Amino acid sequence: MAEPMRIRATMAGDVADVKVLMNHPMETGLRKDAKTGQLVPAHFIQDVTATINGAAVLNADFGTAISKNPYLGFKVKGPKKGDKVVVNWVDNKGDKNSAEATIG
Amino acid sequence: MNALRRNVLKGTAGAGTVAIAVAAGLLKPTQAMAAWNKAAFEAKNVGDAMKGLGVAGPADSKEIAIKAPDIAENGSVVPVEVTSSIAGTTSIAILADKNGVPLVGTYNLSGGAEGYISTRIKMVQTSLVRAVVNAGGKSYTAAKEVKVTIGGCGG
Repeated sequence: MAEPMRIRATMAGDVADVKVLMNHPMETGLRKDAKTGQLVPAHFIQDVTATINGAAVLNADFGTAISKNPYLGFKVKGPKKGDKVVVNWVDNKGDKNSAEATIG
Repeated sequence: MNALRRNVLKGTAGAGTVAIAVAAGLLKPTQAMAAWNKAAFEAKNVGDAMKGLGVAGPADSKEIAIKAPDIAENGSVVPVEVTSSIAGTTSIAILADKNGVPLVGTYNLSGGAEGYISTRIKMVQTSLVRAVVNAGGKSYTAAKEVKVTIGGCGG
């Protein structure tokens, strides 16, 4: 799961609007494979953290009911243009990914 | 400094000590909250999910706005936006009442993060989408019904 993840951060007044699109199948563990009839094992993002200039702003836990290729939008008051946003996720199999963006 | 560290290690006051340690900046919130809330995410009904989140009897609030479609044609992708205007909002949880596992996600906010979360969720059938907000040690909730034409949990 090293597929890239997309992240965009823009300032609107004094609030930074951050949008993240992660690449992940988000399998619930309840779906059957159409060909084999076997259950597809659960595989989903569990933990997402976001920091701005190294300070934590969001710590999210996901369940299986977050849609495939999760979209996450959040807003943070206070940062300036040029500050660095970093988003990390870890899934139930221990896979992880990270992306960063500069607030513009 | 050292005495406090000892206290944290001994866990004399349990969660309270951890909260103090977080407030004192000894533990980064990311470390303290890293554990995925298994009990809440495996609960099969809203009551148990709330219990798992440590929420008891949240008050209905008009200051929480849930933006979601009235009718979702495809239950596997339902856009949901939660905005909490309650001052001091520290966390938002999103639940879909009739999903097999109602809890969708929890979002702990810190460092200037506003009471706003936008996401896309799966819904198995027509149900209330509920937001639970913690602010200033109290819990608040709001819900909005979303009609689902094709359920989104079977794939």
